[in-house]
Amino acid sequence: MREKILAVIEKNSRIAVKDLAVLLGESEEAVAEEIAAMEQEKVICGYHTLINWDNTSEEKVTALIEVKVTPQRGQGFDKIAERIYKFPEVHAVYLMSGGFDFTVIIEEKTMREVAQFVSDKLAPMDAILSTATHFVLKKYKDHGTVLVDTVREERMLVTP
Amino acid sequence: MRNFLSDKIIKIEPSGIRKFFDIVSEMKDAISLGVGEPDFDTPWHIREEGIYSLERGRTFYTSNAGLKELREEIGGYLERRLGLRYDSKKEIVVTVGGSEAIDNALRAVINPGDEVLIPQPSFVSYLPCAVLAGATPVIIELKEENEFRLTKEQLLAHITPKTKVLVFPFPNNPTGAIMEREELLELSKVLVEKDILVLSDEIYSELTYKSEHVSIAACPGMKERTIVINGFSKAYAMTGWRLGYAAGPAEIMEQILKIHQFAIMCAPTNSQYAAVEALRNGDKDIAVMREAYNQRRRYLVHALREMGLQCFEPFGAFYVFPSIQKFGLSSDEFATRLLMEEKVAIVPGTAFGACGEGFLRISYAYSLEDLKRALERLERFIKKLEVEQR
Repeated sequence: MREKILAVIEKNSRIAVKDLAVLLGESEEAVAEEIAAMEQEKVICGYHTLINWDNTSEEKVTALIEVKVTPQRGQGFDKIAERIYKFPEVHAVYLMSGGFDFTVIIEEKTMREVAQFVSDKLAPMDAILSTATHFVLKKYKDHGTVLVDTVREERMLVTP
Repeated sequence: MRNFLSDKIIKIEPSGIRKFFDIVSEMKDAISLGVGEPDFDTPWHIREEGIYSLERGRTFYTSNAGLKELREEIGGYLERRLGLRYDSKKEIVVTVGGSEAIDNALRAVINPGDEVLIPQPSFVSYLPCAVLAGATPVIIELKEENEFRLTKEQLLAHITPKTKVLVFPFPNNPTGAIMEREELLELSKVLVEKDILVLSDEIYSELTYKSEHVSIAACPGMKERTIVINGFSKAYAMTGWRLGYAAGPAEIMEQILKIHQFAIMCAPTNSQYAAVEALRNGDKDIAVMREAYNQRRRYLVHALREMGLQCFEPFGAFYVFPSIQKFGLSSDEFATRLLMEEKVAIVPGTAFGACGEGFLRISYAYSLEDLKRALERLERFIKKLEVEQR
């Protein structure tokens, strides 16, 4: 049941437990219990809203920063990652395979603020060898959802 | 001027769905639960393959029976899903949708006066195609108390010395009924004994929600007397690609191929390449869509019962077939008023045969949001009817 609950609420976290139970053919209590258990076990870590800020008057800049580091003896990557992800402006930190070590995603109001974060906070850290900052120009799809306008072909309304 | 028209055609009734389509297409803000096709887009990797085949310049005819790769993939699919082995060279023909396969198969086997058993309610094409082929159609009225399954007794009661073919449409449009292994075994004994050919339309075979689909062709003694019809429309959400197929005994397929060859040439080349991709890499897509349909099915059955519409639980296709007999309206009146007063289009059961009277076909090939919106209106309408009845 877990996987089925997760598959539905990953796409629609606002669905009522009552409806979810009907969709899955389970009792309301069982579904509610399972969700509570998954929250407890940190399988479910939060319920967020996917916002397309481009459609608001709010200014937002997203940057993706490639970071190369020298891992510290006895601490590995985790300690460095922690020092990075503790900054509230950091949205996501991933350890990567390949040509660099971390992907750091940050969101700020302006490019200047991003630049300031990188030059004042990130780059000067001891373990960090280099950074390469890439600004996002346009978001087409995020979290599995297409953000740009798409034309959906209409089906005929009545067919055999 | 002379009357140029064919008497045979004139006698055929136009589809009962047409009337609703005409009204609804003129209506603003109508919402519909009346479609017979998936709401999903064709999975992108399949569309991509179709685009690629155009870019590559694959714009020529294929062999009449269809691309060799495609027939081989179909053969592999039938073996893996149904446990049926067909010779892809002689026993499979790729057609323009399941519809062409139905038409061709009937034309290939009917002599004037042969009787064709057609269980109803069922898809709109069987009866006219049988008539056009020169058969005498014999309707078997399926019953709600049997969950619209075909019983051995009903079958036996309709067989005469002239009976040649049984059209076997399960999982069923419009009722959502399925037939399970034991029932198939029972029917197949009768069919073998009475020496009847079966036209098994299994276009909804991937959409079952209780047990995996079993083909009647897999029953003992049945493969040599069954033409299996299937296609890509429902399983892979490919209705507009117009691609289906028939598989059956070589001597029948040879005749089907002749009709197909002279009437059609070959199925669209572009669609055939896309279908190869569908069969090779599309199982995941089917699983995702099936789960989505299953959830909506539960939701719809629950909602209909909550608002007091009696319906048996359907385990196939994407339709629910509730009864509206308690309102004292005919299916047509109910559907027409629902459309006029609440702007919700559904198809009356009678569009699928006279015995669909008292029922509606409600499709759940819609997003949950669409279903909710339509169900709100339906509930309001039912409340109104209940007040009128008092």
